Amino acid sequence: MIEVKNLYKSFGETEVLTDISFSFLKGKVNMIIGQSGSGKSVLSKCIVGLHQPDKGEVLYDGQDFLKLDLVDKKEIRKNIGMLFQASALFDSMTVEENVGFPLKMFTNKTAKEIKKRVDECLDRVNLEDKNHLYPAETSGGMQKRIAIARAIAMKPAYLFCDEPNSGLDPKTSIVIDNLIREITYEMDITTIVITHDMNSVIEIGDHIMFLYEGKKWWSGDKQDILRSKNNELNDFVYASKFMKTLKEKLTT
Amino acid sequence: MFFHIGRYFELIWRSFSRPEKLSIYRTQFVKEIDSIGLSSIGIVALMSVFMGAVIALQTASNMDSPLLPAYTVGFTARQSILLEFSPTIIALILSGKVGSNIASEIGTMRVTEQIDALDIMGVNSAAYLILPKVLAGLFIFPFLIIISMFLGIFGGWFICISTGIVSSNDYIYGIQYDFRPFHVFYALIKTVIFAFIITTVASYHGYFAKGSALEVGRSSTKAVVYSSILILIFNYIVTQLLLI
Repeated sequence: MIEVKNLYKSFGETEVLTDISFSFLKGKVNMIIGQSGSGKSVLSKCIVGLHQPDKGEVLYDGQDFLKLDLVDKKEIRKNIGMLFQASALFDSMTVEENVGFPLKMFTNKTAKEIKKRVDECLDRVNLEDKNHLYPAETSGGMQKRIAIARAIAMKPAYLFCDEPNSGLDPKTSIVIDNLIREITYEMDITTIVITHDMNSVIEIGDHIMFLYEGKKWWSGDKQDILRSKNNELNDFVYASKFMKTLKEKLTT
Repeated sequence: MFFHIGRYFELIWRSFSRPEKLSIYRTQFVKEIDSIGLSSIGIVALMSVFMGAVIALQTASNMDSPLLPAYTVGFTARQSILLEFSPTIIALILSGKVGSNIASEIGTMRVTEQIDALDIMGVNSAAYLILPKVLAGLFIFPFLIIISMFLGIFGGWFICISTGIVSSNDYIYGIQYDFRPFHVFYALIKTVIFAFIITTVASYHGYFAKGSALEVGRSSTKAVVYSSILILIFNYIVTQLLLI
């Protein structure tokens, strides 16, 4: 489980996050949703340590990440898998080298063992026989799946997904969403998905936090989100015509 | 300016920390020797041969006095190439080729979040990306400069015998005349310092690139400009310290 307590973050005079407290549950797909500029990505970067918060606590299974020394932070980071918005695969490495990179760097496994684990991860994301391709030779959807394979290679306890569906068609988005959900349940990990895609929220969101202007505005599950009376949340959720129609059907 | 100097040294400090896994860094080091050094041999060779040829021609064309011996052409060519042209001019060329390459490679990794991916995995991204490049530069640049010295002197000799301005014997006598091995040592000391400047300044600008592809281009330009300026400043300082 990851807990965030009273987190504040500013850039210069601009306060981006104000007093955020939330628990991200183990074995669940936790979602941070909100409009662009609401502070979702900054919050996730504060949680993984890419940004230093001004105030507050980030607890990984009770350990305050912000107070740990570099060595202990490194140990926690080895347990974090991250799927970036643009996949962030290493251009100069093949698919196999990308997925095997953390194993090569942090374990004493033999080349054979690494190859076996890489094949397992690639099989898991339905990408057999793509080992020798370079990221540039694969499609956007495949890149996301390779990034998921790399993220799970070390059998992480925490998985972060930053806008996993951005730039993908609806069908591929569902494939990626389902993959994230299945992996979360199979590996019993704490997954945090940052998104503004309501389809994803409805598909896989177990535990949701809505950020508005850098503040936690609402939290609940996907059933609650459709019935909420919160105006800002409703403006966000029912921004599209499709969702408005859905709401009308729900109310009639 | 003080902010950049502080951040530069902090990055260098982080880059020189203990590697997570030596075997991976060793592989990276070998790759960098190829990318930084071996791929630069062509341009270094071309530049050096023409540089040596032009120095010989210019020296010969400016020797009006019959009192000056013919071997002066070989002597001047050797001194110019050894002391200044090979270590400094080739370093400036390499700051353009290697420096922009390093800055754009690391800068692209920054803007596409590949460096963030390394950090989140627990890899010391500064050490993983920068240390092999710096060590490869420090190792391979002296070889490039030695090649440049030989080819520069050869270029001078070739132009002398092909145009007949100075005989081969005079030129060869000139390049041996009053030879001081310390001058080669001085050139190599400068080379090592320039290699450090080129690789670290370029890495710094790439590592802290922000935003888009446009910014990567800007970082690359800044890397070349700042490393060239630093090369000229340190050229003066080292010359003052070692030769005067």
